[in-house]
Amino acid sequence: MEVLWTFVKAFVVGGLICVIGEILILTTKLTSARILVLFVVSGVVLTALGLYKPVVDFAGAGATVPLTGFGYSLAMGAFEAVNENGLIGAFYGGVTNTAAGITAAVLFGLLNALLFKPHAKP
Amino acid sequence: MSRVGRQTFVYDNPVEIASHVSYVGPKEGKGPLAKWFDVVLEDDLMGQKSWELAESHMLTQCVEQAEAEAGLAKGSAQAFLSGDLNDQIIASSFAARAMQLPFLGLYGACSTFVQALVVGGALISGGFLETALCAASSHFCTAERQFRFPLELGNQRPPAAHWTTTAAGCAAIRAGKSKGGLRLECGTIGRVVDLNITDANNMGAAMAPAVCDCIARHLEDTGRAPEDYDIIATGDLGWVGRNILMELFHRRGLKMPDEVLVDCGASMFYKEQDAHAGGSGCGCIASVSCGMIMKRLEAGEWNRALMVGSGAMLSPTSSMQAQSIPGIAYAVAVGRNE
Amino acid sequence: MSQRDNRKVVEYQKLVSQMTPNSRMLQGCVRAFWVGGLICCLGQAITMLGESLNLTIATTPMFTSSVLIFLGTTLTGIGVYDRIGKYAGAGSIVPITGFANSIAAPAIEFRREGLVMGVGAKLFQLAGPVLVYGISSSVVVGIFYWMIRKWIV
Repeated sequence: MEVLWTFVKAFVVGGLICVIGEILILTTKLTSARILVLFVVSGVVLTALGLYKPVVDFAGAGATVPLTGFGYSLAMGAFEAVNENGLIGAFYGGVTNTAAGITAAVLFGLLNALLFKPHAKP
Repeated sequence: MSRVGRQTFVYDNPVEIASHVSYVGPKEGKGPLAKWFDVVLEDDLMGQKSWELAESHMLTQCVEQAEAEAGLAKGSAQAFLSGDLNDQIIASSFAARAMQLPFLGLYGACSTFVQALVVGGALISGGFLETALCAASSHFCTAERQFRFPLELGNQRPPAAHWTTTAAGCAAIRAGKSKGGLRLECGTIGRVVDLNITDANNMGAAMAPAVCDCIARHLEDTGRAPEDYDIIATGDLGWVGRNILMELFHRRGLKMPDEVLVDCGASMFYKEQDAHAGGSGCGCIASVSCGMIMKRLEAGEWNRALMVGSGAMLSPTSSMQAQSIPGIAYAVAVGRNE
Repeated sequence: MSQRDNRKVVEYQKLVSQMTPNSRMLQGCVRAFWVGGLICCLGQAITMLGESLNLTIATTPMFTSSVLIFLGTTLTGIGVYDRIGKYAGAGSIVPITGFANSIAAPAIEFRREGLVMGVGAKLFQLAGPVLVYGISSSVVVGIFYWMIRKWIV
């Protein structure tokens, strides 16, 4: 039962974050690249203000899978590294915490380019 | 050869359309105009290495077929007038390289085909050429990667956005007059009009004022009325741009009968094909003119048509620098000899 | 621009906004909601899988995002993700799979321009800005955090 509840929370919160994005796209004509930038930076800022961690604690993947979650990882990484090593931590903490994701994206992107060709749309 | 009014050439020395050929891609070949096109491609890539080469290959085949159907020996046309949307019009210049024809590269964005007819007609009527091949092409995949996004990007298009048609059209024109043949009567050079539309997803709105200006100027210069034409075919305003154009005519006090004004882009696809406002691209009016319009004129179903190419003169750079989109239009009147 | 031209422009902008259809807001939001929610549930399932594999608290999120990115890029490569995106809009742009799509799509598209300036450079066409502003803002908040800790707390 508890597992089900976890999924419901992830579904609803994740879905709602996407709906915010959809409303922005439809009303402001922002391109998808701008939406992605906006979400990551918002994630960083909301985390710094202490507003995003409660959402992550509540919704789990519902808050970490949207790109705001990428911003959350960047900011949390920076804070933890500052706690450990002072000012220099601000410079490596964010990327360290998200290194696996960035590396996966670059590597799989490259592999895709080698394996697949673009398709014409029907 | 003479000029009437401010912007219109009249081709006094007769110029006729010797042949016309249209090529379209698979999606266009499933649209409402499918039966009028000469060739429907099965594969967007045409066995080539890139979309750009595919577009150039499609154009080359289309032009060669028009040349042959006009009764010209291969490579004997005196000029090849063509343009497309690829940066520095490579589809056309590569086709010119393949065919080794004297080449006049033109750019009027999606109005290029009509621009080529206006210029080609003038060169022939003026006695500088006896034969010319006027053509234009566009390809969904080349336009998409240049002006919009990579094909595999998962994004949505707004309802006023256009779908670049994969198509080419070529009309071979020559000096002379034969019984029942199609005759170029006159051509109008439009002005660039810009009413500060910056949204590249609403090109119909960007082009409509230029089209309105060009048609009004054409009618004024020639002293004709919209009813003198069986069809006034605009290039690629889409249905959004077409509605705006009708309103602009209305405000200008010009009575345009609803059934006379047909937009090639808005007619290219069925609604279920999800092409939003309609087709666009140089190949749009080129293929519809060389397909449906000229065929119906030849069949005697129509007597006279006005083809109005519309172009949005934007580039990826001007778009990124948030410049507004200047519009252009050219018109050419085609009738049938007695 | 003369005043007359200016008025003409203003009038035309008004006409265009009247005649331009709006996207269907409710339909767009419903689709974005259920697809986005579903992708997050998938992320939740992968996280639970990671936990059952005895991954640590620090590495589980990394595992989740890597798997989702793998799925996002692969669906892009086989030509499925653009169709999901057409249906779901932000529902598939905002999750991290959308970030993966924004990397894989230009990489595949510009393969024909070569491995270095084609794939290598264009790979970041859309994702580059995300990294630039994401990383920069994390450094900025990190520095603020350091200053607050040092001088205020």
